[in-house]
Amino acid sequence: MQAIDRLTIDSQLEHLQAEYVGTGHADLNRFGWAVNIQRDSYASYIGHYPLLSCFASAENESVGWERYNFMQKVLLPCGRPPEREGD
Amino acid sequence: MYLYSLTLQRATGVVCAVNGSFVGGKTQEIVVARGKTLELLRPDEAGRIQILHSVEVFGAIRSLAQFRLTGSQKDYLVVGSDSGRLVILEYNVAAARFDKVHQETFGKSGCRRIVPGEYLAVDPKGRAVMVAACEKQKLVYVLNRDAAARLTISSPLEAHKSHVICYSVTGIDCGFDNPIFAAVELDYSEADLDPTGQAAADAQKHLTFYELDLGLNHVSRKWSEPVDNGANLLVTVPGGGDGPGGVLVCAENFVIYKNQGHPDVRAVIPRRDDLPAERGVLVVSAATHRQKSLFFFLLQTEYGDIFKVTLDHEGGERVKELKIKYFDTIPVTSAMCVLRTGFLFAASEFGNHALYQFQSIGDGPDVEASSTTLMETEEGFQPVFFQPRPLKNLLRIDQVESLMPIMDMKVTNLFEEETPQVFTLCGRGPRSSLRILRPGLAISEMAVSQLPGTPSAVWTVKKNVNDEFDAYIVVSFTNATLVLSIGETVEEVSDSGFLDTTPSLAVSLLGEDSLMQVHPNGIRHIREDGRINEWKTPGKKTIVKVGSNRQQVVIALSGGELIYFEMDITGQLMEVEKHEMPGDVACLDIAPVPEGRQRSRFLAVGSYDNTIRILSLDPDDCMQILSVQSVSSPPESLLLLEVKASTGGEDGADHPASVFLNAGLQNGVLFRTVVDMVTGQLSDTRSRFLGLKPPKLFSAMVRGRQAMLCLSSRPWLGYIHQGRFLLTPLSYETLEYASSFSSDQCAEGVVAVAGEALRVFTIERLGETFNETVIPLRYTPRKFVLVPKKKHLVIIESDQGAFTAQEREENKKVFFEATGIGENGTANNGDQMENGGGDNDEEKDPLSDEQYGYPKAVSDKWVSCIRVLDPRTGETTSILELQDNEAAFSVCTVNFHDKEHGTLLAVGTAKGLQFLPRKSLIGGFIHIYRFIDDGKGLELLHKTQVDGVPLALCQFQGRLLAGIGPVLRLYELGKKRLLRKCENKLFPNTIMSIHTYRDRIYVGDIQESFHYCKYRRDENQLYVFADDSVPRWLTAAHHIDFDTVAGADKFGNIFFARLPQDVSDEIEEDPTGGKIKWEQGKLNGAPNKVEEIVQFHIGDVVTCLQKASLIPGGGECLIYGTVMGSLGAMLPFTSREDVDFFSHLEMHIRQEHPPLCGRDHMAYRSAYFPVKDVIDGDLCEQFPSLTPDLQRKIADELDRTPGEILKKLEDIRNKII
Repeated sequence: MQAIDRLTIDSQLEHLQAEYVGTGHADLNRFGWAVNIQRDSYASYIGHYPLLSCFASAENESVGWERYNFMQKVLLPCGRPPEREGD
Repeated sequence: MYLYSLTLQRATGVVCAVNGSFVGGKTQEIVVARGKTLELLRPDEAGRIQILHSVEVFGAIRSLAQFRLTGSQKDYLVVGSDSGRLVILEYNVAAARFDKVHQETFGKSGCRRIVPGEYLAVDPKGRAVMVAACEKQKLVYVLNRDAAARLTISSPLEAHKSHVICYSVTGIDCGFDNPIFAAVELDYSEADLDPTGQAAADAQKHLTFYELDLGLNHVSRKWSEPVDNGANLLVTVPGGGDGPGGVLVCAENFVIYKNQGHPDVRAVIPRRDDLPAERGVLVVSAATHRQKSLFFFLLQTEYGDIFKVTLDHEGGERVKELKIKYFDTIPVTSAMCVLRTGFLFAASEFGNHALYQFQSIGDGPDVEASSTTLMETEEGFQPVFFQPRPLKNLLRIDQVESLMPIMDMKVTNLFEEETPQVFTLCGRGPRSSLRILRPGLAISEMAVSQLPGTPSAVWTVKKNVNDEFDAYIVVSFTNATLVLSIGETVEEVSDSGFLDTTPSLAVSLLGEDSLMQVHPNGIRHIREDGRINEWKTPGKKTIVKVGSNRQQVVIALSGGELIYFEMDITGQLMEVEKHEMPGDVACLDIAPVPEGRQRSRFLAVGSYDNTIRILSLDPDDCMQILSVQSVSSPPESLLLLEVKASTGGEDGADHPASVFLNAGLQNGVLFRTVVDMVTGQLSDTRSRFLGLKPPKLFSAMVRGRQAMLCLSSRPWLGYIHQGRFLLTPLSYETLEYASSFSSDQCAEGVVAVAGEALRVFTIERLGETFNETVIPLRYTPRKFVLVPKKKHLVIIESDQGAFTAQEREENKKVFFEATGIGENGTANNGDQMENGGGDNDEEKDPLSDEQYGYPKAVSDKWVSCIRVLDPRTGETTSILELQDNEAAFSVCTVNFHDKEHGTLLAVGTAKGLQFLPRKSLIGGFIHIYRFIDDGKGLELLHKTQVDGVPLALCQFQGRLLAGIGPVLRLYELGKKRLLRKCENKLFPNTIMSIHTYRDRIYVGDIQESFHYCKYRRDENQLYVFADDSVPRWLTAAHHIDFDTVAGADKFGNIFFARLPQDVSDEIEEDPTGGKIKWEQGKLNGAPNKVEEIVQFHIGDVVTCLQKASLIPGGGECLIYGTVMGSLGAMLPFTSREDVDFFSHLEMHIRQEHPPLCGRDHMAYRSAYFPVKDVIDGDLCEQFPSLTPDLQRKIADELDRTPGEILKKLEDIRNKII
């Protein structure tokens, strides 16, 4: 009974993660968490135009350049991933 | 505390824009998204941008696209927003609004990573639309039409791919083959797993084609090919029969033509000579021009240069050559639209937008870069250089003011005018300015001419009712009348038939073609053939007041006798009736004759016994009193005005007009009341204080509709704008008498007398709340202070990555010598270093920075200046350019308590500041300046080095408080430098604001909201006794009262933090201070927490807050300015009743009239924190735009009439502005 419960919870979580990128899970490491936060932040900056122009006026760049730059940073927002342990 | 939030000036920046034929037919319109408002613009024949419609959507609009179903005459608008919904809108011409055709929900709301809405692409044939997110999700909707030719939309087809970032999407033009969408994508799945970083370095962008199979109803990845890793933008190339199809991929430094089964055609984007080598050139906006036989693209780079890209293709298939030619340079845009009429609409990302006219399309053979001349060496492709030059192909013909971004704002009545002025620092870099905003409409003066004496009144009159323009201007003096005829010139005439030896009381057109002059001793009726009929007053009585329209004349004789005349069929003016009033008549008016009627039914008479009577003019009950209204003060002037409050019901029929009786009272109040068309009863009264002089009322024409001019101590205009009646002040001097004026040169003007002058002017930019005076600045303004006694402003300006004025001048000189432009040199001497005033930069130096932007320097180079400015003259009295890479960030005035120097100026600066890769600086400084030359100049007293950037400065008890990074420090003035007295290093991040009140200090942290501190003089210590539990990224702060501060965070929320009363009392009652000193909070926080008592999502980054009142005698409200260039106010409610009323109204409108772009209103206003105790006035003000049925329904629910609700809305707006 319990095993089935766990199985469904796991599969539900898996489904959730597949559907909603950035949903955390129990085995999430520090790096993965940080990367998700950063990517969400960049997407939010790009989506909110006032925020984007706020950055642009602070850095004295064009809004288009800021948008492109944030998109570029999505690739590797927190530097290299850590070495995987164990496996 | 309950607040009413109202936007005073809608955002003026533009997020995105599309052009199309939204009204239908031949005309082209532009739809612009200004963050949360959607506007429909159209350039008129004269090339001036007119706003056709503007609507607040309560959501963030991120993308727009326009499409047309084949064979249709009208375009639809697709909106991508943060609502998680795809919305298709159609402009309803009859009702003048956007109608929602479809609203398809596909995901959660909010600007999320994987919820589509960021990108939109439509199939050029209008068969499908793709909506994409930054990552993973792409949805395709098939568009079609049903039997009744209505637009239908399919359920979404998915084209998702996880771990893929999307940079741009566009629809490929492939004629009537299956629709294809192209996307620039980057797969990051491997980069996340590879600890060596190799995968990330190797990550490759791909251009992917998605094909929608209309037969199978399925989307597949058709083709994917690696593309330059700098790719950021796709532009559709016309296909089908018109061109080769495919896309232009705009990448850093390159433009590449790509298509399936076609080799890449690549050309390099030319660079400016002076660009540092490490900087790339990025295309930020693009526009396509298509004609039958030709197409070209205009691509604008991040530096503002526009390049014309043409493709050399044979037989519509193979592209042989891609040519890039320098076109012109205009300020960097967020969107460009090429209109078929030969206009280019450029929506600037900062500063004013412009409309340009094409002078030529730049089709000379001299091409800067081409795919055939591309040179590849070992270091990569060889760059191509060019020199920007003055505009050659474009000519600016109009500009639209934009305040974006507002960096700082202060409301104060510096000029001692009737209402306070709003001083805003706007713009960025070379286009920055100080703008002085005054509530009111701008006017443009056409002529001022001196008259021989002081005129008392002025009229304009036509010779014939069918004439388009006025024939005469008649000016009355105390003992004479002057007649001027309007033609090519305005000159005095004596053959008009008017009696010129007597003053006039009224002059008007009577009947079809006869003129009437009323003077104190009689009525002179001048027939068209020159015959003159004179009616003389009986006995020694004189005429004191006159009311007339085209058929009827009523005169009031001294003593209070009214005589009523009417035109008979032969065109004779006949006396009809007499009536004795109880006392002297103060004023009277007759409404214009309604269309299709013989006479107007009502006469309004004001008496000195504080009453206004409505008399009937019907033959049956002629001169019977229909109703009486008593008023607070004797009426001075009356005007009956027909107001069509809202247009278009459900069936498009006009809403019945109502007649308003307007009365200007002697105490300066304008009194408005509705006259019942049948019974003449008065109801629904409204009053508004206009000024110190009794308002005189005149009728005028505005956009072909009746409007009202009210002349009090300043002039006001009452007119109808987008279905609402607005009463707005005009920014002009006091006028005595006015009349509408129409001639060849100005169709809808006003002629007025004031003093000894006759003035002709027109009213501009109707519907705007403010008009502005612009004073250009040199660099991005950061902050400013008012120097209280001298009435000067001190502005600090700083820019990153720019050259100082001297360096630029030298470079320019070298350049001009080399090229020979501007040899006369007059335009470029030292005092021309300021940027042009906005309107007049054509005749200025050939390469004005305002148009071309400052040349880029390396990013760690700063320029900055401190400016003392006299706002009255707009003159800079002193400017100090900071040397050695120093930049100013904070400024305040301070009076140290030794009083030796009087008021001093403290400026916080940073030297060698760098944000990336990590924030670092060489040193921070606090400069202390003394005012010299009566406050016009500055002299450095001394400079103190500190260990961080002093972002906040404030005077406190005769000392200077400085926030330097996480340290709050108290300084005393020394001889050689500032002396540290006391500090607290326990602030979490960076202090960005300091406010003080009595012994309390309210410190705003850049990430951690407010901290309340206390300074104990006896122990010389600063304690933090309370802080906030919410991490707020503060962008603006303002002190409200002893326990309350207002703040705004960078996510677009405004909140009020208040210390609970009991805690506040406890702290104040602690005589020794021992308790707060030893009290410890949890988790390194302060022992007490403030409560956030107000929460509201503005949806825009608020950069400045101030508590102020914008009208004399009005309640104080919180005024804010935002990055997108909007201004708003939050007014505290004074009665519980109003709170209940407006919250119910808000609730009903929310239910009955959900926002246009599909975002739930409540969810939007609660985007980050649940909205608390704020009523959204912008939503409430949509009430007049609802259909009459809906208005009635909501009014019924509130147990009121729609009229009462409109009155309430008007009243509360009048309390603010």
